[in-house]
Amino acid sequence: MGPNLLANYYETAAMLIFGIGFTALFLSRNMIKKVIGFNLMDTGMFLFLAAKGYVEGRSAPILTDGVRSATAYINPVPAGLVLTGIVVSVSVTAFLLALTVRLYLKYRTLNLDEMLQRSRRNEAES
Amino acid sequence: MNIITIFLLTFLIVCAVAACLARNLLVTVIIFMGYSLVMAVVWLFLQSPDLAITEATVGAGVSSILFFLTLRRIRTIDTLADADAEREEEVS
Amino acid sequence: MASYRLFRRFANWVEGEEVYPIPEIEKNGSSVREHPITEDMARVRSSDEGVGTLLRRWMDSPQGVAAFRRVYTVTAALLCAAIVTLLLVTVSYLPRFGAPDNPANNEVPRRYIEQGLSETGAINVVAGMILDYRAFDTLGESNVLFAATVAVLILLRDDGEGKKKKRAIPELKQEPERERPDPILRASAAVVGPFALLYGVYVILNGHLSAGGGFSGGAILGAALMLLSAAFGQEKLERVFTARRCKALTFLALMCYALLKSWSFYTGANHLPSGIPLGTPGSILSGGLILPLNICVGLVVGCTMYSFYACFRSGGMRDGT
Repeated sequence: MGPNLLANYYETAAMLIFGIGFTALFLSRNMIKKVIGFNLMDTGMFLFLAAKGYVEGRSAPILTDGVRSATAYINPVPAGLVLTGIVVSVSVTAFLLALTVRLYLKYRTLNLDEMLQRSRRNEAES
Repeated sequence: MNIITIFLLTFLIVCAVAACLARNLLVTVIIFMGYSLVMAVVWLFLQSPDLAITEATVGAGVSSILFFLTLRRIRTIDTLADADAEREEEVS
Repeated sequence: MASYRLFRRFANWVEGEEVYPIPEIEKNGSSVREHPITEDMARVRSSDEGVGTLLRRWMDSPQGVAAFRRVYTVTAALLCAAIVTLLLVTVSYLPRFGAPDNPANNEVPRRYIEQGLSETGAINVVAGMILDYRAFDTLGESNVLFAATVAVLILLRDDGEGKKKKRAIPELKQEPERERPDPILRASAAVVGPFALLYGVYVILNGHLSAGGGFSGGAILGAALMLLSAAFGQEKLERVFTARRCKALTFLALMCYALLKSWSFYTGANHLPSGIPLGTPGSILSGGLILPLNICVGLVVGCTMYSFYACFRSGGMRDGT
């Protein structure tokens, strides 16, 4: 183990959230919970990126009068990446939820296992 | 290390676990809504007001509403299917 | 007590009287046995024998399903634990959080901050970055939003060739209880709604001067439209916002974005003179192309958010032909 696990508490929390989302994506069989897990992974990743760009004691990259030196502001690159990422993540969420509604219309269940069994039964019947 | 930040991050992790473990899907979505709201505060602590605004509207507003509407739509599908089945029974 | 009653009412709105049961399949395998598909499958498959089919037959039997479930759960849990451990170990070797000499703080952000104002004219460095230095990337992101809108519109359309679909979806339209909007909701939406719309416009137009911009402002606009639609009924908003118009507006905004940006590419990009004045930093008409690009992005995001809402609510989005 390296020395910085507790010093990097933002990154640690981000990775824990990412892991929780990943586990939910793998282990829960409910489609809605899988989408939630996906969202948790998203936010964990965003938190990690934003934490990488933060510099102690500096302010947001909105230039105030006269101060133009790079030592006064935090890193704007992760903020730009995450800003677009958040909006894209909501559209991915909407797409996944639409797929869930469609699947529910066909199989009348949110449980992935039951969906698979019903689809196999349909296959066997036809 | 800031006490408030530690508290908020712990809250985030607890919310994430609770959202995954909750039995009721509605409770899951509401916990996720709170999680997004706290996330917006964390963005402010990270000096990213752009992200805070976006997360507060998108995470706590739009995506929670989408989840609620999905749950409701699924319910409606169920009710309609039940009504259909009853009607078919009556006819036959 | 009152809050619990409120929650119950909301829960009823979402899902009817009973708590939504999460189907449990691994508990005792009873739901597996309820559907005798596994035996059927076994009979179907028994005509051709072989190691593969035998394995498959065992996999389809209730014991096989339960065993697979157990193996899957254990493997997945182990995999997740391994990945989290790996990530945490990596984090523990990363440079200290918040240190100014982190490798992420290299010459790129320094250049953005020190030259950004004179090159892009934007006070908000993030806006200058995503709409000037990396405008091409943002065009891609907006296209992702457009693609997502179209995909959701297709998935939740009220058509359907199959008999099942035909029966299931059109009846969603004539939902029996068209519940009247709550008076509290309507009164508060009447107060908050216009201000929310105004705030969204403000955030979009001030994207190059303060925090915010097309993405945040567009999301606020979309959320305000959702609020108004929920409070005053979708019919009123549908007079203006039909699916066709939303798509056309998104398309126009994307087209406008592409044309504006291709002008700056045509004149050589790379901050060569393009005939577009940068203006005085700090005034609303400054920052060159950033303000119109912000408006385009805001329109795309707002339309996307509202059409998501309109597609998901029961009744779908009217095409408006």
